[in-house]
Amino acid sequence: MASAGTQKSANALARTTSVDEGRQIFLRGCSSCHGINAEGGDIAPSLIGVGAASVDFQVGTGRMPLADMSQQAARKRPLYNPEQVAALAAYVASLAPGPEIPNQVVASYERDGNTAQGGELFRTNCAMCHNFSGQGGALSQGKYAPSLMGSTPAQIYEAMITGPQSMPVFGDKVISPADKLSIIKWIKAAQNEPNLGGASLGRIGPVTEGLLVWTLGLGLLIGIAVWLATKAR
Amino acid sequence: MSSAEKRAGTVANYVDERTGAAKWLKKNLTKVFPDHWSFMLGEVALYSFIILLLTGVFLTFWFDPSQREVLYQGAYQPLSGIKMSAAYASTLNISFDVRGGLLMRQIHHWAALLFMAAIVAHLMRVFFTGAFRKPREFNWIIGIGLLTLGIVEGFLGYSLPDDLLSGTGIRIAEAIIQAIPVVGSYLSFFAFGGPFPGESFIPRIFTVHVLLLPGIFLALITAHLMLVWYQKHTQYPGPGRTEKNVVGYPLMPVYMAKAGGFFFIVFGVTAFLAAVASINPIWLYGPYTPTQISAGSQPDWYMGWLDGLVRMAPNLESHIFNHTISWNILIPGLIVPGILFTGMALYPFIESWLTNDKREHHLLDRPRNAPNRTALGAMSLAFILVTLLNGGNDLIATHFALSINQITWMSRIGVLVLPPIAFVVTKRLCLSLQRHDRDLVLHGRETGRLQLLPHGEFVEVHEPISEAKAWVLTQHDQPPALEFVTEDEAGVKAPRGALNRLRARMSAATVEQIPRVEGNDLKEIEHH
Ligand code: HEC
Ligand code: HEC
Ligand code: HEM
Repeated sequence: MASAGTQKSANALARTTSVDEGRQIFLRGCSSCHGINAEGGDIAPSLIGVGAASVDFQVGTGRMPLADMSQQAARKRPLYNPEQVAALAAYVASLAPGPEIPNQVVASYERDGNTAQGGELFRTNCAMCHNFSGQGGALSQGKYAPSLMGSTPAQIYEAMITGPQSMPVFGDKVISPADKLSIIKWIKAAQNEPNLGGASLGRIGPVTEGLLVWTLGLGLLIGIAVWLATKAR
Repeated sequence: MSSAEKRAGTVANYVDERTGAAKWLKKNLTKVFPDHWSFMLGEVALYSFIILLLTGVFLTFWFDPSQREVLYQGAYQPLSGIKMSAAYASTLNISFDVRGGLLMRQIHHWAALLFMAAIVAHLMRVFFTGAFRKPREFNWIIGIGLLTLGIVEGFLGYSLPDDLLSGTGIRIAEAIIQAIPVVGSYLSFFAFGGPFPGESFIPRIFTVHVLLLPGIFLALITAHLMLVWYQKHTQYPGPGRTEKNVVGYPLMPVYMAKAGGFFFIVFGVTAFLAAVASINPIWLYGPYTPTQISAGSQPDWYMGWLDGLVRMAPNLESHIFNHTISWNILIPGLIVPGILFTGMALYPFIESWLTNDKREHHLLDRPRNAPNRTALGAMSLAFILVTLLNGGNDLIATHFALSINQITWMSRIGVLVLPPIAFVVTKRLCLSLQRHDRDLVLHGRETGRLQLLPHGEFVEVHEPISEAKAWVLTQHDQPPALEFVTEDEAGVKAPRGALNRLRARMSAATVEQIPRVEGNDLKEIEHH
């Protein structure tokens, strides 16, 4: 989604116009919390130096502008279209250097990534928060790691390099760019994973299985037993 | 008689003359079984056990119980080229490369969950109807043994594939073993044949899972059923049913035909579940490595309450002589379950002592007529339910947008507060049902028809209930509170005065019953 806007930034002229446009959007939509010059305020942190990647992730997943001051900014429908997101990103990037939007990098994940290795890396680095198949999980105090079933390759990469909220940053020393592509390839495979054994029951492990055996399994059998007992009379 | 029949008769005669089978068969095949849906819960457990044996044997043909490291080259692409144990790789093979393997795995696991659910439901039926009373105390204890072994067997079973989820479970089991004071670390070292995870654990639990425990199961189930056979089945109260007879159908052909048919129904339901719903999709979990863990790791439901107890335990540790005692694991992992299961096993004896009831019982109680027992059962269920829910605290948190910390605190409070509330509420409920029974006998059933009396008043027409029904509602006995006797008629001092005084006190405090309708009351109505 956010990918279309960034191609433009190659052109210097286009860059200044989109920086200006971004500043305008920022003043209207973001400055109330992040300050007139993105210097931060009482409620929101400074955006100087967070880079285009962070803006693209936060606004592209609909987390920003923040809707309510709840435990955690939740993923929702993005408020801005891809051009506007790109403009905002360009504006924030113009304030100080920071991680760029990884559109170019992730474009080759299909070719360069290795699904199985990505799974191994995911289970080592991410599953403790996001669950074995990326369904998400609970953290302390009402915080949670979200499901990854709707994330785009760029957003996955951005999440790793910017570490939104309770998620740690996975710098290139921790997970190399090549390994990041493998992780992306695995998550995309998990998103498209067919249900090999029948209904998936949410891919959250034995809890739903237990519920089903008591309701449908034993429920059905008790129903039949009652029917048999009345039938015999 | 056709010649075929004649020949069959000759063979039967030949066998009978040498074994005396005819007499034995005649006696036993005409044995009568009472009929009620709740008596089939034990059968569900039995049949799922048979299904487990059949599918389990199939799985052993391909399962490789070894922690030797292999490189996966099988059909499941997302794990291709990953290092894993032979146990995990062979489970993947059964799922994706053996014809019908995935279905068999799924039937086996669904049958295991059903087995445990049926055992628990069966246990509740036995408990709430008082079927465990003299002379069936031993069978109750065998039952508790089966329940305990079932939990262990299930745990070992889902540990076998050596996937990330079950490995996490073993890790917790290891922590519980290690928490045992003094000997814990030695025991763990012994069980794993060295430091965790080692290479010998999977082969060892394989032997236990497919040989040792099924053997013990077979022995215990046989003993269990022989006792049911020998002591005869209990029955619900009804006209013509007494403590001395059994009203029902002869084993052959009626009961056998029904039971045989029911086996196929149980098989059908497990096969249906296995065909439509995935269970334990180990390929999604990945192979076990001690360095990995997944969010939302849960055990199978019959272990969930234990997990929930561990999750709600406050962080308590004490240090004695350079030893750390982890109360936070010891209490929920061993002490509470120990008390729970010992209490359950001894319950028939505890109840008989508390009520001083040493008689034989073959007629079942209607749960409302034993309010204290029913309330105690509800109380235990409330306890288990809270702990079970807390076992899924992380999933509840994410799916209902709650905080895991709040849920944990709510469970800690709930596990102490809800069981007593459940006791009181259930007891009140039983008493009001008793009152309702009394009203029914005395005033009959409300028909919903209104009648206009000559002076303009409307009254609802009541119809007397059938005699059979009235019998059911009035047959139970209501023993008075026990008295504290210091000496018996012969003047011999009662031993253990303090205990007996306690018993009399408890009896007096809990004796409340709504008086059942007696002959005199009925005469009174006829008067009206
Ligand atoms: C209602 C207040 C509010 C508004 C409006 C808002 N933000 Fe935020 N923003 C926050 C808070 C609070 C945080 C820090 C915690 C978080 O990430 O939820 C934050 C974090 C961020 C971050 C992550 C900073 C980092 O350290 O990586 C970015 C980027 C961001 N906001 C961009 C924006 C943009 C762009 C807009 C306008 C479209 C915007 N925000 C609107 C409150 C707000
Ligand atoms: C400590 C726990 C933790 C770990 C470990 C972690 N994450 Fe996250 N992750 C989070 C949290 C919390 C969020 C939500 C942040 C937010 O809402 O701003 C998140 C968000 C994300 C998102 C955005 C999801 C969306 O809404 O589209 C992606 C993608 C993601 N993580 C990928 C990863 C990957 C890949 C790894 C492993 C390399 C990883 N995470 C490791 C906690 C974690
Ligand atoms: C492997 C698990 C079990 C199997 C296969 C099994 C099977 C059966 C069967 C078929 C019956 C006769 C029918 C019935 O009353 O339902 C029975 C009766 C009985 N079971 Fe079980 N059971 C199991 C576990 C348990 C447990 C966990 C308990 C209780 C702790 C228990 C206690 C009893 C008692 C006391 C009876 C006699 C009941 C009566 O005569 O009314 N059983 N069992």
